[in-house]
Amino acid sequence: MNFGLTEEQQLLKNSAREFFTAECPPPEIRRLMETETAHDEALWKKMADQGWTGLPFPEEYGGMGLGLVDLAAACEEMGQALVPGAFLATVPLAGTAIFAGAQDGAKKKYLAPICSGQARATLALLEKEASWNSRDVALPLTKGTLNGQKLFVMDAGVASFFVCAARQGGELALAVVDRRAAGVSLEAQPALDATRKLYAVTFHNTPAEVIATGGAALTALDRALDFATVALTAEMTGGMQRMLDLTVAYAKTRKQFGKPIGQFQAVQHMCADMLILLEGARSSTYYAAWALQENAPDARTAVSVAKAYASEAYREAGNRAIQVHGGMGFTWENDVHLYYRRAKASEIAFGDAAYHRERMAAALMGAASRAAK
Amino acid sequence: MDLNLTPQETEFRNEIRDWLSANVPAGWKARQDAEESMRKRFEFLREWQRKVFAGGWAGISWPAEYGGRGATLMEQVIFNEEMARAAAPPMANTLGLALVGPTTITYGTPAQKARFLKPILNADEIWCQGFSEPNAGSDLAALRTEARRDGDHFVVNGQKVWTSYGWAADWCALVVRSEPGSEKHKGLSYILVDMHAPGVDVRPLRQMTGETEFNEVFFQDVRVPVENVLGKVGDGWNVAISTLMHERATLGAGLHIIYKRWFDRLVELSHELTRNGRPAAEDPVIRQRLAQAYTEIEVMRLNQMRIISRIANGGTPGPEGSIQKLLWSELNQRFQQIAMELMGAYGQLTKGPVGVIDEGQWAYQFLRTRGNTIEAGTSEVQRNIIGHFVLGLPKSY
Repeated sequence: MNFGLTEEQQLLKNSAREFFTAECPPPEIRRLMETETAHDEALWKKMADQGWTGLPFPEEYGGMGLGLVDLAAACEEMGQALVPGAFLATVPLAGTAIFAGAQDGAKKKYLAPICSGQARATLALLEKEASWNSRDVALPLTKGTLNGQKLFVMDAGVASFFVCAARQGGELALAVVDRRAAGVSLEAQPALDATRKLYAVTFHNTPAEVIATGGAALTALDRALDFATVALTAEMTGGMQRMLDLTVAYAKTRKQFGKPIGQFQAVQHMCADMLILLEGARSSTYYAAWALQENAPDARTAVSVAKAYASEAYREAGNRAIQVHGGMGFTWENDVHLYYRRAKASEIAFGDAAYHRERMAAALMGAASRAAK
Repeated sequence: MDLNLTPQETEFRNEIRDWLSANVPAGWKARQDAEESMRKRFEFLREWQRKVFAGGWAGISWPAEYGGRGATLMEQVIFNEEMARAAAPPMANTLGLALVGPTTITYGTPAQKARFLKPILNADEIWCQGFSEPNAGSDLAALRTEARRDGDHFVVNGQKVWTSYGWAADWCALVVRSEPGSEKHKGLSYILVDMHAPGVDVRPLRQMTGETEFNEVFFQDVRVPVENVLGKVGDGWNVAISTLMHERATLGAGLHIIYKRWFDRLVELSHELTRNGRPAAEDPVIRQRLAQAYTEIEVMRLNQMRIISRIANGGTPGPEGSIQKLLWSELNQRFQQIAMELMGAYGQLTKGPVGVIDEGQWAYQFLRTRGNTIEAGTSEVQRNIIGHFVLGLPKSY
């Protein structure tokens, strides 16, 4: 048994740390936040050149053929640097949906350009109910065309195409929609985290290419959500690490009553709690990554453990980070709120703690009665 | 990263698993019945340890030359996990095996090793530790029990408290102030005291659960031969803490299995108990609370795996053990509260023929877990350790 990164994985993580620290310093994040899409073409190109955009996909589609643990290590560093833009939506989310659901032809057509960095993509899942559960997908797909609206679509503004979850007849379908297809319109949904933009996407008699239906679509959608959830909790882990580092550094230098505030136990204990939350998020994330990668029997429960834990841990750590920073922590110029905003958005994305606890309960205790739903 | 056991680890696990399934006494209870005397129960645990010893499993972390098995860290973890999985009784000489033995192996003279190690393994001599005092709890280095040199003896005077197994112990590993007037960590010695010597008085402490796990131990002019000092005179602090970290890293390895067993029992009960007119298992609040407990148990287990892997890969066990201490203790308190919530009015019952669940063990645990965040270093001390030794914040005291 060895619960640690291999030498190669550690090298990958180190190079990601170096790359994103250099490419995404806080001023650059703040610049991108203020833009319409938070996307930087030059940065995306560099990430693609490093191979990040094809990291978890097989070499035959131009990927690096690495595992989810490797992806998690890279995502931890992206979260640490608060990298803005469409990586999460494109690679772990839409990319996995295509990889897990599509036939070979569609993979060549859609996955290969993702790997090469030419295309960006996202998943259009949520509707008016804002449910992450695939059984609540209602948007109709009839005769190859979509009609209706998807909400909270991550980074749709820079996506070349969308993977859309829809209802065809009675069953679930995944369909790829070109961003420029007829009847597609986008409307921004400005939200707390300005580094990762959300959109309402409306389809009006929009042609779509069905890549999976029924059980295959469900499996692919579950797989994509599970992968993306772990990539996200890895980002959250990195974000917590950064918040802890900022907070400890501040507590060591800020003086009150003639002493560094980090000497006071009330402050120390808040910092200690941040570390505890961080380590729990990290352990549960890497375990979930490994379990999914190896198809362990408890993989889906492990994903829910990681997301339920990280959802509350990132926010709780953020609460303490702001408190320890005092008035400075409440200012716009201090970076802590950028992470705090990301924490809230991440908590919500792919299901919050309560959602994942219910998913665990269903696996461990059996389904709730119909009345409870 | 590979969380599967290696073939050697699997072989080791199967070996201990087979041994335990053939040898764990059937029908023994983790908690003593009121009518079962403490001493009778202790003799049962002593016999169990002898069986473990005869099977070659006692002191598995000890080098083979001292009667152990020279087990790797992973094997120690597997051993502790399998003991928990088999719901095996604890061994009578817990402190001797986990702390006094390893400390003697590190610091003992050949004569001390020859004298003390074997009787620890076969439970012929039971050990306790004399660390805390009435005025030296979290601030352990404030201890005042004194050892004054008198020829080839030390004469010990003072009082220890919270001494587990004090009433059963034949020997005590005692930390004393051997240099009069010295302060804090300096001038302390680690000395091995015969609990049957004249002047040793053990008084049981009745705790809020009604049990007497702990004792007060009084020393009045107790004469201890100088050769019973372990390590150098005056170096007692280092001797006392040297093996603490290593043993802590593996001792808790089976806890997640015990917690998971409790969790499974709560799930079972949730299908039998009713809440708001339907099975508790279908109540959304109960579902959330139980899933939260599961999450915390998993996080504790996975943190533990990461820490063990890091040590096994050449790291040293360090102050991050404090994170695990906080997790197991605080999670257990929340967990027992969840259990009480699930059971509603039934949760408070301690015994009797009407309505009691699991012989009152949940009501008992509800009280017992309050001690978890105090014993083995309070939560506040653990957070201080994390703040100072892990995060590098300035010391607050």
